[in-house]
Amino acid sequence: MDTFNLLLGGFATALTPMNLLFACLGVLLGTAVGVLPGIGPAMAVALLLPLTYNLEPTSALIMFAGIYYGGMYGGSTTSILLNTPGESSTVITAIEGHKMAKAGRAAQALATAAIGSFVAGTIGTALLAAFAPFVVKFAVSLGPSSYLAIMILGLLAVTAVLGASKLRGFASLGLGLAIGLIGMDPVSGQQRLTFGIPLLTDGLDIVVVAVAIFAVGEALWIAAHLRRNKMSTIPVGQPWMGKQDWKRSWKPWLRGTALGFPFGAMPAGGAEVPTFLSYSIEKKLTKHKEEFGHGAIEGVAGPEAANNASAAGTLTPLLALGLPTNATAAVMLAALVQFGIQPGPLLFQNEPVLVWGLIASLFIGNALLLLINLPMAPLWAKLLRIPRPYLYAGILFFATLGAYAVNMQSFDLIILLVLGALGFAMRRFGLPVLPLIIGLILGPRLEGQLRKALQLSAGDINGLWNEPVGVVVYALVALILAWPLLALAWRRFGPRKPLPAEAPAAAGTPEASEADRIAAGHS
Amino acid sequence: MRRLNVLRALAVTAGIALAATGCGVTGSADAAKPSSNSSASGPLTGLRIMVPNTPGGGYDTTARTAAKVMGDTKTATNVEVFNLAGAGGTVGLARLVNEKGNKDLAMLMGLGVVGASYTNKSEAKLTGTTPLARLIQEPGAIMVGKDSPYKTIDDLVKAWKEDPSKIAVGGGSSPGGPDHLLPMQLAKAVGIDPKKVNFVSFDGGGDLLPAILGNKVGFAASGAGEYIAQIKSGEVRVLATSGESRLEGVDAPTLKESKIDLVFTNWRGIVAPPGVSDADRDRIVDTLTKMHGSEEWKAALKTRGWTDAFITGDEFKTFLTDQDKRVADVLKELGLA
Repeated sequence: MDTFNLLLGGFATALTPMNLLFACLGVLLGTAVGVLPGIGPAMAVALLLPLTYNLEPTSALIMFAGIYYGGMYGGSTTSILLNTPGESSTVITAIEGHKMAKAGRAAQALATAAIGSFVAGTIGTALLAAFAPFVVKFAVSLGPSSYLAIMILGLLAVTAVLGASKLRGFASLGLGLAIGLIGMDPVSGQQRLTFGIPLLTDGLDIVVVAVAIFAVGEALWIAAHLRRNKMSTIPVGQPWMGKQDWKRSWKPWLRGTALGFPFGAMPAGGAEVPTFLSYSIEKKLTKHKEEFGHGAIEGVAGPEAANNASAAGTLTPLLALGLPTNATAAVMLAALVQFGIQPGPLLFQNEPVLVWGLIASLFIGNALLLLINLPMAPLWAKLLRIPRPYLYAGILFFATLGAYAVNMQSFDLIILLVLGALGFAMRRFGLPVLPLIIGLILGPRLEGQLRKALQLSAGDINGLWNEPVGVVVYALVALILAWPLLALAWRRFGPRKPLPAEAPAAAGTPEASEADRIAAGHS
Repeated sequence: MRRLNVLRALAVTAGIALAATGCGVTGSADAAKPSSNSSASGPLTGLRIMVPNTPGGGYDTTARTAAKVMGDTKTATNVEVFNLAGAGGTVGLARLVNEKGNKDLAMLMGLGVVGASYTNKSEAKLTGTTPLARLIQEPGAIMVGKDSPYKTIDDLVKAWKEDPSKIAVGGGSSPGGPDHLLPMQLAKAVGIDPKKVNFVSFDGGGDLLPAILGNKVGFAASGAGEYIAQIKSGEVRVLATSGESRLEGVDAPTLKESKIDLVFTNWRGIVAPPGVSDADRDRIVDTLTKMHGSEEWKAALKTRGWTDAFITGDEFKTFLTDQDKRVADVLKELGLA
């Protein structure tokens, strides 16, 4: 119960009017930077850092944590409404979320994202408070070989989004992997596919690529069809989640949380992989398979919960070890140092007021975010009433702003346009866009972990499965791959009973609908 | 009525967005205006410091701290810091070299940019800039986890020499960066072919630390600053540091004490574009010297754990040229430059 008392003390710190104000300010700013593609929470915190020199360290950190959580919330809004992911971890949300919005269910999609984020953030924070040291010990023990196995598991999620034509799906995946190769080879330092352009050395920013392929490609596509189709606005349905929506959302929320938190806590886990996994799991488990690809609420609820739970997970190694596992955490670490606080294993003992105040403020920030975002959902949804030409002009404006804001490079705008044209061409020829994004995110990580694992074992192939976690994950991968065959065998030779052997066959739905939509001409 | 609501919502969000971008991107609006500081009296005004890296990184913190101290001590007014990231700093370097004669621009940089200018085959080199001052430095540290079989640097070097490929060397930077240059120079100093070194690049300290703690790497080469907490708690053992003298608070010999002839420090400094007149250069150098002398800067060094390494003008120029050559030699040997 010691933890509980410390947490109560934390609430006393966080609930002072001043700290509450900073939490409010943080979540508002965070939501704003999350909504704008390109400006992420890491940049916002870094730029605000010098302004907080004279603040109480606790107040400043409470604000930063608010920005971090707020950014995770805000990113989903543009994904759902405008098909323009604000952060790389909300790319998956765009698939089902935007389809829901087009079907007049934007408010429900936004609501399930907000409530799911709240649930995940709260549970994640509770896990952080209760198990931080234990979780961290486990997470830090993972090496490249385990990560490699996990990334392969993540890559399996691609099968859920390949689309009706496997060939086109794999072509898209290949494009993504190729784009992911651009930049400096992390091992040898050689340039790959940079064509002598120094700006390509760091590779392409995932947000720029996602915004180009999704938003610019989509806008071009709509523009190309404007003359053939009547200009119509998108319907806006009822403003709140119905009973059915709740019933279909709560399980994905919990599953998403269970996936997201451990990934956040792992030093190389990240927030993207759990969203992929959550999406493919929800797709397998849902009772409404036919809706996937047309706006299934589970496909929004799960991934959104996963990315917020991962945000809580990220703070675990930061507070327990002084170990930053993503850019925002790294900037927050710099903030701690700025205030003369030595982050590290002793932080919980040395700075209990700060740590528990921060944890308590995460609970408060989460509640604030729900209060702000839930009433906003119907309002946001009404944005879609704007006639299409204006709406897409607005989308293009924000896409451009976002792509420019990532690095302040006009070169990124060229990339945006070139890849936007690619996005248009992919729609024209029926290539699904999601495998490209997943390939781009996972490709470089897979490569990095594979080569790291091999380097660490001095080229010995056994170095790829020398960790128990890795072996368990490989077994899981093998099981998932073999499942259709096993099910088939069971159906043929086992007792006569109906079994869900159709699972793999149904894996193609989401992009089939893309084709449907194209055929239907966006009526 | 409904329309009004939408409009209001839009206005509010736009406001927030503007506020966010406003305070985020441009800093203070006044600072962006070109200013006339031709009059030699009064504090320097309108200097823009470019950080060739992302916000929140080491260069960024150094630049922003320096700008703040200059503002607080009124040695300079309206100092603006902005980021131009890309290609390990060479994108910023290219911009600086192009802004020939611009007396209101300076760039914060360090050893990493020197390396990147070679690995990225940048046409712009640091030798083409106007050196202003070196600000701080940090010696490297050779570190292992507490369960590592290597107790001293001699143990390690002996095992390393036996079979360099068997010992994975972790560093928190990409090839060409400080954590890569240190083990390569160390290898050279103890008679190992740098090409045989099995260097594993990690994505910064947050990525490298678990590898040290879990004994995944044979040893790690990096600045000790990021690992102070773990060093103090005994989870990370420092076998040697690479400075001229021992690092305060770290119980480990220098490489020199251990009979290895190598002094290696990672440093950060400020340079100006080429073609700046001597008078303009001296003005900025004077300002930096005043900033360096202030109590505020000393306090900042202390909280950040930075080691003062202030040199200016020609002395810095000689240092920069020497560093450039050393880095070029190592990287050429590795086929990277």
